[in-house]
Amino acid sequence: MSSVTDTQQQATPPRTGGARSGGTGERVFRGLTTGSGLVVVAAIALIGLFLVVQAIPSLIANHDNFLTSPEFNTTDANNLRFGIRDLLVVTVLSSLMALVIAMPVGLGIALFLTQYTPERLARPFSYVIGLLAAVPSIVYGLWGILVLAPAIEPGAGFLQTWLGWFFLFAPGNIAPVLTGTIFTAGIVLAIMILPIITATTREVFAQTPRFHIEAAQALGATRWEVIRMAVLPYGRSGFIAASMLGLGRALGETIAILLVIRASTSPSHGSLFDGGYTFASLIASAASEFSQPLPTGAYISAGLVLFVLTFVVNALARVVAGGKVNG
Amino acid sequence: MSTALDAPDQPAVPEAFRSISTARKVKNHVATVLVSLAFLIAVVPLVWLIVSVLAKGLPAIVSIDWWTHSLSGVSPDEAKGGVYHAIIGTLIQAVIAGIFAVPIGIGAAVYLTEYGRGRLARTTSFMVDILSGVPSIVAALFIFALFISIGGLDQSGFLVGLALVLLMLPVVIRNTEEMLRLVPDELREASYALGIPKWKTILRIVLPTALSGTVTGIMLAFARVMGETAPVLVLVGYARAINFDPFNGNQASLPLLIYTELSTNPSAAGQLRIWGGALTLILIVMVFQLVASLISRFSTISK
Repeated sequence: MSSVTDTQQQATPPRTGGARSGGTGERVFRGLTTGSGLVVVAAIALIGLFLVVQAIPSLIANHDNFLTSPEFNTTDANNLRFGIRDLLVVTVLSSLMALVIAMPVGLGIALFLTQYTPERLARPFSYVIGLLAAVPSIVYGLWGILVLAPAIEPGAGFLQTWLGWFFLFAPGNIAPVLTGTIFTAGIVLAIMILPIITATTREVFAQTPRFHIEAAQALGATRWEVIRMAVLPYGRSGFIAASMLGLGRALGETIAILLVIRASTSPSHGSLFDGGYTFASLIASAASEFSQPLPTGAYISAGLVLFVLTFVVNALARVVAGGKVNG
Repeated sequence: MSTALDAPDQPAVPEAFRSISTARKVKNHVATVLVSLAFLIAVVPLVWLIVSVLAKGLPAIVSIDWWTHSLSGVSPDEAKGGVYHAIIGTLIQAVIAGIFAVPIGIGAAVYLTEYGRGRLARTTSFMVDILSGVPSIVAALFIFALFISIGGLDQSGFLVGLALVLLMLPVVIRNTEEMLRLVPDELREASYALGIPKWKTILRIVLPTALSGTVTGIMLAFARVMGETAPVLVLVGYARAINFDPFNGNQASLPLLIYTELSTNPSAAGQLRIWGGALTLILIVMVFQLVASLISRFSTISK
């Protein structure tokens, strides 16, 4: 009897059990690994804390409404006038445009790689999509403004001529220039977030239970009907979560946007052909002038808003995924 | 009698399957075309980008000087000198990040897979996800606020390394975690059965088994942070000469070199340097990715 209970105790699940009593080594090692985990928690808490601490004095000294002013003027430290309205418009417009393009394409690629491509080809094909993620964002920025922007200028002009009555395609605040707009940036961002959306969605689609697919096939479903009946319902939450991860990435993209979107002196009217700054590109553009505390704090407050935005988007992605993504 | 005898040329049982209707066939074909098209749409910008970078950057990087000299003493419109100083800076800053991020990342992954229970573990796992979504400019601002605004330090390559730690950590943690979860429980149990304490089991059995996968993850993390531009814009100044010391003075890196040349040097030599720098950066990132995939070939465990 006693031997049975002994083995049972020994065989408690290893991830909780092991030599529980433990000596000094066990306690030290356990402490070190737990400490490493805590570093991550502390990092997030400290990022929030320090951004808030540095932003508050400038927010108090601000002479304009932080939420509604389109201006961001920090040249005179005694008369700070800054607001995030235009930053928010440009950031959200470019990111949403990227999502509108990347979501259907990413979904298509994920289906192509999991349902249409034979196993032998799926690997090299996924590798090709992975290459898109390997290109550094500054190279995307370079290519976007020097190669892509001139190439798509006729297309942008066409949209503006025929759909100019719609506010998204109305002449922007850097008109008549049509290169280096939110429109260009949206396309560049779409390419950049495509591998993120594809990789995560593909992983979830590949987990579709075999018997769901076989059940659909047994009912005589075509390949497309199998996808509609088995794959999409199973993977929908994963796809949405993947898109939100892509959105988070697009919201925070810095250097590609800084290189692509031209600066503008007049406020935004919500057109895709506007110039201007996103939260991230504004901060990066002013980085060399961070010397006085109050003006710097103004940019840090913009960074704080960006941090909160990405925090919320990523947290939502995790909730939506419900454990299918990232375990 | 049976139908088979009445009509010998008809099947004995009425057909069980109706043929697929045209509408369903069409839908199926349209879907196939659209899905294949999606893949092609993704390949177009990739090929376009690689071809443009190669075409414009290749003339710059074929000279020996490009890899062995800095831009010290070279005037902006002279097509001379190289990016040795920037390569050195990029590598030094990445190594600094690795020195912190690798041990902490592996430790946190071990905590999450082997020890983590309850609320603290869930919070940690959640925060790893959040950290992986923190924009690089925010990480840079945080390091700026902590060390330069409050700490009173000067800009330096070391601070860039610290900002990169924040970007590297989630990649290392997630990859290591995945590898540790693949280690079969039988190995752990066999070790416990021999009376070996848990911490020694993890150090001697679990981590070595997952070693190649972990190293792969670390290589991918390096590849990711070396292309980061936002931290170098905020945290360090550009230098045209070689600087091996990350604690003092300005230090170049490839992204910073590209950005500086782009914003200050419109000459033909500057253009050449921009694309040459971009190509060099892609090549270095590729080398790390290649090493990563080679190491994962030798993995003892796999998915």
